[in-house]
Amino acid sequence: MKFLLIEDNYELANAICARMRSDGHVVDHADKIFDAIEYSQIGEYDLILLDVMLPDGDGREFLKHHRARNRSTPVIVLTARSQVSDRISLLDLGADDYVTKPFDHAELEARCRAALRRNSGTSQSITVLADVAFDPVAGSLKVGDSTIKLRNKELRIFELLINAPQQIFSKQKLFDRLFSYDDDVSENAIEVYIGRLRKHLVGSQLSISTHRSLGYRLDHD
Amino acid sequence: MIEGVKISGSLRNRLTVSLIGGAAVLALLMYFIVRAYATQIAQQGQDNILGASVNSILDAANVSEGFIDVDFPYASFSMLGTDTDDRVFYAIYQDDELLSGYDGLAQIFPEVDKGSAYGNTTFKGAPVRLASASRMLVGADLRVQLTVTVAQTQDSLLGALNRIGRNVAIFGAGFFLLVVILAFWATSTAIGPLAQLTTSVARRGPQDLSPVASPVPREMAPLVFSLNKLMARLEYSLSRSEDFIAEAAHRVRTPLATVRSHAEATLLRVDKEENRQAMRSMIRAIDESSRAAGQLLDHAMITFRADNLDQKNIDLVELVQDLAMRLSPIAEMRDIELQLDALGPVSVIGDAILLQNAIRNLVDNALKYAPSESIVRLVVATTPKPSISVVDEGAGFPVGEINLLPDRFARGSNSGGIIGSGLGLTIAQEVAEAHGGGLTLNNHSRGGACVTFSF
Repeated sequence: MKFLLIEDNYELANAICARMRSDGHVVDHADKIFDAIEYSQIGEYDLILLDVMLPDGDGREFLKHHRARNRSTPVIVLTARSQVSDRISLLDLGADDYVTKPFDHAELEARCRAALRRNSGTSQSITVLADVAFDPVAGSLKVGDSTIKLRNKELRIFELLINAPQQIFSKQKLFDRLFSYDDDVSENAIEVYIGRLRKHLVGSQLSISTHRSLGYRLDHD
Repeated sequence: MIEGVKISGSLRNRLTVSLIGGAAVLALLMYFIVRAYATQIAQQGQDNILGASVNSILDAANVSEGFIDVDFPYASFSMLGTDTDDRVFYAIYQDDELLSGYDGLAQIFPEVDKGSAYGNTTFKGAPVRLASASRMLVGADLRVQLTVTVAQTQDSLLGALNRIGRNVAIFGAGFFLLVVILAFWATSTAIGPLAQLTTSVARRGPQDLSPVASPVPREMAPLVFSLNKLMARLEYSLSRSEDFIAEAAHRVRTPLATVRSHAEATLLRVDKEENRQAMRSMIRAIDESSRAAGQLLDHAMITFRADNLDQKNIDLVELVQDLAMRLSPIAEMRDIELQLDALGPVSVIGDAILLQNAIRNLVDNALKYAPSESIVRLVVATTPKPSISVVDEGAGFPVGEINLLPDRFARGSNSGGIIGSGLGLTIAQEVAEAHGGGLTLNNHSRGGACVTFSF
């Protein structure tokens, strides 16, 4: 998917971009409202991430401008404020959602997915591999003629695997992506979700193979 | 409403008292003036008749053959007739010698041909009014001064004066009563705008520092002007401190966000278990501090707002629905289903921002402590009181500590490694109490915690 990140703090912007690119997304970065408006006019984005406090004005200005031009691209606001009334006024101005800094990437991802789903129902970027079609926004897997609705954790593992087929992902890596830092679960919980995914993939040309002490890999015949 | 305000009398009383006092003075003044005029006019009437009587007697006098002959007509006395049978006395003097009439009737000797003289005196124990007139009579060999005095008691006059006095008193009392009523009306009309201003200022929401817009009487303009200026200053300093807090939060949270993002990215690249543990505790520490900072700010805001509660009509079902939609991505991350149980709209009066914050804290808690792939139920009920219950399928509250948990910074002994500030339930409880309700914590019979927020 293609994101536009509007954030004036370079350190944070770099960190967010790095993380999103590592997840296989395309990210453009603008550090002020003027650039952001230009980017959003030229490029077609799936989603816009917007910081509220920017050097050349308030992020709300961008929101107004964006909505005034009838752009339906969902906007998620990154705010460092925590006053509830502030959040409400952002939503009134046409933001689809907000996350409070510092945020959990998994939460940001979840909110993006929810915003996209509310916006269009499905993603334009359906990944097709062999006879399996994967829609990360709807969270569905199409194997042959049957559509399977994935649970969130299954979805997030599968998203990682399908974006880099033939690559081995360690149990640790999957665990870090799946569980927040206060979840009190062992890494073996991953096996449960891998097991479920394997069940879903039965009858397709895809399969997940276990590589002892290395991790898991998505293979296709 | 007016504790701590020093009172120096009352405008209403001052106005009423001065209006009524003025009316009383006016009524009394009117009574005396009208009475004095009436007395004067009545006296003049009696004097005229007395004068006419005296003159008719004098006119009847003539000198013939060296004698004074006074054959005065009947009408001379009958004209003095009254309905109260006043007595009439007369005396005719030739020079200083009584010719006819009552001896001892005091005389006032007017100058000859200068008309009549009038006076008051007492005769035979009764106050009388008398009129005297003299005339020089000249005969062939006689030249005498004839003086006639006619006196009349004043019973009829006093009776008439008393009647007039009574009527004037009644009229004065009526006037006084009317003015009292008008005074009360005028006072409340004059005080009215003040009361309106008071209500319009008192009814404002906690955030409303806009100037008073409705028109006020000219005399109140300086007061309203100062009030508006004070509110503008207050708004300025409030917005400055709000901006400061927002700016401070921004300055603190943005670097925290950077650190967190970097830490997360690094964690994905690090393989060594002890390094991973270190990165994880770093992220946890960041989450903990940012959460505590956020909750502290929220708590401060709630304490502020709870003192000036916004009173709006709110549909609880809509509020919970909205909240459930906002929180659904978080629930989804843990494969938790948020289920809303409500029959129809449940309307309450309250502060939407506070309620949202309070319920959000409760649902946040449920999402944190419930096991993944479970159901969190949000039950909105109308009876016995409007309430919202958040029911999860987690471990429930530790039985011995259930009453202590809403205390500030208190956390359950079974909260394990889950990040929290210990302020969520405190916030919810304070909001519930500000709305005249309460927070009830208990464990569900089938396990799991149930928090009920009631009004």
